[in-house]
Amino acid sequence: MKTARLKICRGAGDEPGRYEEFAVPFEDGATVLDALIWIRVHRDPSLAIRYSCINANVCKECTIAIEGRVLYACTTRLVDDRVMTLDPLPGKARLRDLVAETRPPRERIE
Amino acid sequence: MTHLDTDVLIVGAGGAGTYAAISAARSGAGSILLLDKSLVGRGGATIMAQMTVAAALAEESDDDWRLHLNDTLAAGRGLCDEALAAILCEEAPARMREMGEWQVGWARRDSGRIAQVTAPGHSRPRCCYVDFLNTGPAVAATLRRRVSRTDAIRRLSNLIVTDLVTADGAVVGAVALDAASGEPVTIAAAATIIATGGLTRIYRRNSASANMGGDGYALALNAGAQLVDMEFVQFFPIGHLAPRLVGMDPIMWDPFRYKLGGRLLDGRGEEFLARYGSDEAGVYTTPRDIATYAIVSEVAAGRGSLHGGVFLSFEHVPPADLAAAFGPVIERLAKNGINLARAPVEVSPIAHYHMGGIAVDERMASTVPGLFAAGEAVGGANGANRLSGNAISEALVFGERAGRFAASARRLAGWSAAAAAEHVERIRSLADGCKGDGSATVLLEDMRGLMNDSVGPLRDAPGLERALERLVEMRDALPSLAINPGREFNASLGDWFELRASLAAAEAVIRAALARHESRGAHQRTDFPNSNPGLARCQLVTMGESGMAVRWAQ
Repeated sequence: MKTARLKICRGAGDEPGRYEEFAVPFEDGATVLDALIWIRVHRDPSLAIRYSCINANVCKECTIAIEGRVLYACTTRLVDDRVMTLDPLPGKARLRDLVAETRPPRERIE
Repeated sequence: MTHLDTDVLIVGAGGAGTYAAISAARSGAGSILLLDKSLVGRGGATIMAQMTVAAALAEESDDDWRLHLNDTLAAGRGLCDEALAAILCEEAPARMREMGEWQVGWARRDSGRIAQVTAPGHSRPRCCYVDFLNTGPAVAATLRRRVSRTDAIRRLSNLIVTDLVTADGAVVGAVALDAASGEPVTIAAAATIIATGGLTRIYRRNSASANMGGDGYALALNAGAQLVDMEFVQFFPIGHLAPRLVGMDPIMWDPFRYKLGGRLLDGRGEEFLARYGSDEAGVYTTPRDIATYAIVSEVAAGRGSLHGGVFLSFEHVPPADLAAAFGPVIERLAKNGINLARAPVEVSPIAHYHMGGIAVDERMASTVPGLFAAGEAVGGANGANRLSGNAISEALVFGERAGRFAASARRLAGWSAAAAAEHVERIRSLADGCKGDGSATVLLEDMRGLMNDSVGPLRDAPGLERALERLVEMRDALPSLAINPGREFNASLGDWFELRASLAAAEAVIRAALARHESRGAHQRTDFPNSNPGLARCQLVTMGESGMAVRWAQ
């Protein structure tokens, strides 16, 4: 079976990020979000990701940096010919792994 | 620890919750707290709805809310709470006109009239929409704008309400986990509105957002409220199955099917709905429960498509008609490798909506003082099968009522830190992680598979009993599951609370399904294939000292 490889930036809060690589079964048409959910179920439930609508491309919550470009994980297709590097949204504080602080300031408990 | 105090607490910020907040403010509530597990105004079902909204606006025909009510009651197969259904139908037109005034952008004819189409089960062209496939996002954006302009509403995102707090027999507020910090938060409220949507996320094949795991049902049950009609989970018959489609709601095909006459074909390429007593005769209005039953039965008989569904074909439609009806959607489909002029797609039933929910009166008040519900979280209005287009109408109509009546609720009992303490302590003890065996993340997947396979559109006693047995094992395993350490956005901690709530919601569905020895609407028992007129009654689920109990309503 073909595999896709993802290099994911891990870490919480201000601690320096470290990259961890995962191999995920590759299926035609699968998305980066599919792979992240697969990793959570089959490899590491501690991997933190943000998503809500899963497939409809309306909530915009799964926005991350994929190979340096700001994209939705739910609509970006996996590839099987290279390692894809994933980072949290740049320019925002990181909460954990791929989850950035995207809550508007008024919607947080201070 | 953060302690908040508010007049009206609203759990869930989808269509019903945001509308309830607007309505509570309009009715004079001084402070309103609008919470969401996800980001406020981004989660929930409303934003995902790409289709139509039912309201007897009479823009395209001599419609009347009573006709809408007749259709709603017929779809509900004898089980609708007629008072709630009447409220839904009578008040929907005012809500939709108001959305129009708030610039939602209803599609209009050249004459300026709001466009209304005939969705399955409706006797009139009654369903309005925002082009193209943009109804839900437009409604959600409109409500977000209104909320942000309302000073009395405070929004908080990523707050997971884990428990309601009761004192002297009334709900007096809630305990929540602030997912971003891992800290517990207590909230005192004069009135609490559950607007958490349904439970379709407990099924493997679902059209839900991530936060529709049935939390609100578990919260209400544990606070002493009654749930009604829990056995009726609507499977949307033609959910997208293959090829892989991204960036689109999986239930997007329906409006095109009835606009253009998409044909449903079995694995051999033959039409089959007529074999199930539904002669569509080119009008494509088979109700959802019957279409779902037909598709599942075809697949079970070995006449399914490659991926285990049936084919939906538009190959007979002239390309120009396809282009006109689909608009820019044609290009989004092309990016997914779908060319409707050349090949069919595969579709199959997908868990889409829950008819059951919290039992409420006409004020949206539950059986527990201080606790209200709104939107899909409410049970009863749609009986055994929801008419298409009624979900957003219900979100707005019930949201308006819940907000209005909650705003005038008197504080029934003082906040009880003692009653909240065990819930706060649970969050504290889990938030730093637990050593243990098994993971909630994995069990959630197992539960979704179990529910799909044994508690889906076709059910029988052995399957339901096996599912219940496995579910109880999962519930018993909860205290010994491993939780990863770490306070900030601890995903495995969130999964633990989701699993706890989802197992309670799933158990309510299974117990009610086991006790209904007949087939009706969305509840089809292969061991009791016929409807029993003597069972045209609802079942109530409650939580007692010895666990969950199901009984027939009077």
